[in-house]
Amino acid sequence: MALLEVRDLAVTFGVGDSLTRAVDGISFAIEAGQSYGLVGESGCGKSTVLRAVSGLNPDWTGEILLDGQRLLPRRERAFYKLVQMVFQDPYGSLHPRHTVNAALMEPIIIHGLDDANGRIVRALDQVQLGPRFRFRYPHQLSGGQRQRVAIARALILEPKVLLLDEPTSALDVSIQAEVLNLLADIRRDNHLTFVLVSHDLAVVAHMCDRLGVMLKGRLVEELSVEQLQTGAVENAYTRHLLAASKGYDRRLAVRADDTDLAVRDDG
Amino acid sequence: MSQGPAPATAPPEASKSGLKAWLTADVALSTTQAAAQRAYFSWLRFQANPLALAGLVVLVLLLLMAIFAPLIATHDPLLQNLEHRLQPSSARHWLGTDEVGRDVFSRIVYGSRVTLYIVLLVALIVAPIGLVVGTVAGYFGGLIDTALMRITDVFLAFPGLVLALAFVAALGPGLENAVIAIALTSWPGLARLARAETLVVRSSDYIAASRLQGASSFRIIWRHIMPMCLPSLIVRVTLNMAGVILTAAGLGFLGLGAQPPMPEWGTMLSTGRRFMLDHWWIAAYPGIAILLVSLAFNLFGDGLRDVLDPRSEG
Amino acid sequence: MSETSPASPAAGAPMLAIEDLRVRFATPLGPVDAVRGISFTVGREKVGIVGESGSGKSMTGRSILRLTPKSATVTARRMAFEGLDLLGASEREMRAVRGRRISMILQDPKFSLNPVVRVGRQISEAFRVHHKASEKEARARALAMLEAVQIREPARVYDLYPHEVSGGMGQRIMIAMMLIPDPALLIADESTSALDVTVRMQVLAILDDLVSKRGLGLIFISHDLNLVATFCDRVLIMYAGRIVETCRAQDLANARHPYTRGLLDSLPRLGERRERLAVLERDPAWLEQEL
Repeated sequence: MALLEVRDLAVTFGVGDSLTRAVDGISFAIEAGQSYGLVGESGCGKSTVLRAVSGLNPDWTGEILLDGQRLLPRRERAFYKLVQMVFQDPYGSLHPRHTVNAALMEPIIIHGLDDANGRIVRALDQVQLGPRFRFRYPHQLSGGQRQRVAIARALILEPKVLLLDEPTSALDVSIQAEVLNLLADIRRDNHLTFVLVSHDLAVVAHMCDRLGVMLKGRLVEELSVEQLQTGAVENAYTRHLLAASKGYDRRLAVRADDTDLAVRDDG
Repeated sequence: MSQGPAPATAPPEASKSGLKAWLTADVALSTTQAAAQRAYFSWLRFQANPLALAGLVVLVLLLLMAIFAPLIATHDPLLQNLEHRLQPSSARHWLGTDEVGRDVFSRIVYGSRVTLYIVLLVALIVAPIGLVVGTVAGYFGGLIDTALMRITDVFLAFPGLVLALAFVAALGPGLENAVIAIALTSWPGLARLARAETLVVRSSDYIAASRLQGASSFRIIWRHIMPMCLPSLIVRVTLNMAGVILTAAGLGFLGLGAQPPMPEWGTMLSTGRRFMLDHWWIAAYPGIAILLVSLAFNLFGDGLRDVLDPRSEG
Repeated sequence: MSETSPASPAAGAPMLAIEDLRVRFATPLGPVDAVRGISFTVGREKVGIVGESGSGKSMTGRSILRLTPKSATVTARRMAFEGLDLLGASEREMRAVRGRRISMILQDPKFSLNPVVRVGRQISEAFRVHHKASEKEARARALAMLEAVQIREPARVYDLYPHEVSGGMGQRIMIAMMLIPDPALLIADESTSALDVTVRMQVLAILDDLVSKRGLGLIFISHDLNLVATFCDRVLIMYAGRIVETCRAQDLANARHPYTRGLLDSLPRLGERRERLAVLERDPAWLEQEL
């Protein structure tokens, strides 16, 4: 049985003329221990899916099942011990007036956990930040270090599922490599299930077992990483993304104005 | 700039005292030390602003004057001496005497107590109300927001002094009632400010992260949103203080604030007005005191804003 | 080292020549060097500058137009553009260069376009700043330029406000605005980083055509190694304010400097699966060695 299953999920914003279907009926299932990627361009709804699953956005229709249990739009506190999230912007996801210690204490206090000190030390250790960083404020940390703190905060509750919203897109490539390696390590060590949202096919190919390609709120294709690597891709849009992610190619720009209108409609 | 050539941090000097070393240590070892370091660097930034520092000095002097009024004052502020009425400044009466022969200097010294009392009481009433109303309205939005903001609008719709006048007229003249009236008229602005700040903070990722840890709304408002609103609120309250002093003086001037013979600067100014042409000092000195203190609050508030603004730190 | 760097054959004589450019910031903690002695030339070609944040690549672009912040000191043995000494030029001479001869396209068009003026008007104004022309003539020029950047209904787009256009179109409008005074050199600082792949391809194709058809010079500043390798003719790799390596873009995969190699190895790749990504080990010696 799948650990996380999404059935016919739909999210709409606005009403009347300005109604937009950000997510338009998508379904996928993720086995325990798997790493699933959602790729697509900005505005395709991939982050909206993650926000619905995480409970941040309660306005959705369809079904979300965790371990076979249907989730309600409003989540119980116990849910957050199973599912945690890491955000894209390491500069925005840490409270500017809380030290690293305070950020890591937060989940411990909320859930009334014991051994606060031990948990914080272990979490910092696991993300390879030493005790030196424990009493720093976010502005005293680099982007990569902040993202490690955000990961440590997500790990404190020992979740089963980690939702990753573009976790490295704001980082330099060399820092991205460190954070991706770290994520791979903690996934192995903690037997985590990942849902990784990214616009970068190479990152998804590196991190995931399976992926879904999204376009305008729909899942246009689901494929395995092997298919992605060998280029055994059915859908034209996926092929286009794949070709574009290999770098600049004059031929890919031929369709210029066809997509232009589509983009304008979305915006 | 994580990869750029970092500016070399100054090597720890052996001569540094223990406290300074603790405050500037590269690695904080406790929450207290981290907070102290933060405060220390804020202080370093604040003291680099001479005008703000001047404001702070005036306010500290005002506080000392209020505390040690009996030691500083040369006369009993209430003691009338009709033989020495309306005298200009002299060695005996530094700032002269008023129409019933009371020493103006001593009355100004004691008046600082009244001014501070008004200012502190207003701040203590106004800041929490504004903070709670603003953050709650901003965080929850919807009906709660609409209801709270319409109430705020009602208060904002009247000019402050007029509303204060109405309240005092209803409650009866007196210092406490004046304070309540001023407080009632100045919280809406703060609530608006706190709400605006909350709307910005509410959508940030760290609030989302906190919600995803299962934090309650109360906890999010208390631990995450209020600390972000507090600095601008403190700055605003400080800047408002000048206005509060002037409103209090205005109420005193109209006979609706502190009642005679209490030495209140506004009341002194008001009574001195009758003798202004021939005996200018009776009105001028309390006026100068009001001006100085309001100015000091303004300068201090400006300096605080530069230091406390959360946006000024990366 | 500009002498040894391979120039593309079509580049012709360099229009921009920079020798020993340095940018130093005065900070409360002492001076910080953002750019530490770099030399390069640009001809009628696409020159990519890649590096990570803090490598000084943006500051290099800005110092060419003398748009560095006040706290920065820019020095160079030589910084010449079409015979004009950019460092010695008066502010008036610089204003004639900026926009007219050298244009700069920034990352986010939303911040560069005036939100309360229709985009077409902003383009025609950009033309009238540098050329004596009637409003009608400027409008015709602007419409033609919008068409040149592949906007299908120029007349309709002309009357839109910046918030009414998508990010990709906004970026093309920016390019149109930058191109209408007919500059010789274009500096694109992360101009396509915020764009989706589809739109990015279009914008790149426009820039590509400008270089090949109009003979512009292009300095393409980016953090994206893949993109620079496939788009540019020549690549300068910057690290900590220095150019550590220069090579032809198509040879970037065979780069020799350990920093460039490290960057390339740390990139996840589509074609092959690796257990771990190589982590870049920074060698302090890279900061000092003479190239």
